[in-house]
Amino acid sequence: MMRSTPFMETDMRHISILAALLIAAGGAHAESPRDFLTRFEKEAGAAASPERGARFFTTKQSGEWSCASCHTDKPTQVGRHAKTDKAITALAPVANAERFTDAAKVDKWFRRNCNDTLSRLCTAQEKADVMGWLLSLK
Amino acid sequence: MTRQLALPFLLAALSLPALADSYSLPKNVAFEEECTSCHIAYPPQMLDARSWQHMMNGLANHFGTDASIDDRRRTAIADFLARNSGGRKTGRTVDAKGNPLLRITETARFERKHRDVTAATWKRASIKSPANCAACHAQAAAGDYSERSISIPK
Repeated sequence: MMRSTPFMETDMRHISILAALLIAAGGAHAESPRDFLTRFEKEAGAAASPERGARFFTTKQSGEWSCASCHTDKPTQVGRHAKTDKAITALAPVANAERFTDAAKVDKWFRRNCNDTLSRLCTAQEKADVMGWLLSLK
Repeated sequence: MTRQLALPFLLAALSLPALADSYSLPKNVAFEEECTSCHIAYPPQMLDARSWQHMMNGLANHFGTDASIDDRRRTAIADFLARNSGGRKTGRTVDAKGNPLLRITETARFERKHRDVTAATWKRASIKSPANCAACHAQAAAGDYSERSISIPK
């Protein structure tokens, strides 16, 4: 019993260090929609324009589809895939708490969907504008 | 008498596997998360391994859309599809040029099963495309394509 005390203390210290690391790592990964707006504005070096974001989202750019072709022009609603007709959960954070909380997913979908609608990647300013608009929706 | 009865029974028995149009969808998190964002989980058994391999090597242009995913997941899903692919059960698996078929709707099995569906039916707004299995097969997402769960919308 006596001998176990130092070991237990060491274990406890390891556990608290581990816990602190896990909390820090968790904090770094769990993002909020606002974090993405901040990130894209910083990358663009300019503030977002929600009005420009709305226009960008709802009008066809260079491709067959606009963002609204699948997400509708009211992204607080459920969308439908333009080709397969599969339901797509609402994109606006106010309507769907799961949206814009994972950087890997956000980057993946911007990459793919910008390619589909513009045949290129989106600029940081375009992403900031869209984020600004989505966050302004009630 | 016995022999006269035996033939229909034999034929009925032989046709049973063809009627059992349900596919077990083996659990795979990467497959579910990545492949069902835009469409239902098409059963891996509906194409052969070579077709899936070509599909997974061309995700940047997946039937006209960018469906690229990170390499680790791509490899994991490719392995999963290869393990559960349909082998020869899909019937024809290559096109006229000998390239692997990528569309389930072009396999011999699909064509045979849907030969009574007219072009006009496929084009209905409620159906949109032959790739929209769930329009008529209510339980398609669960791998159930059986006769009893078919309902063709107007």
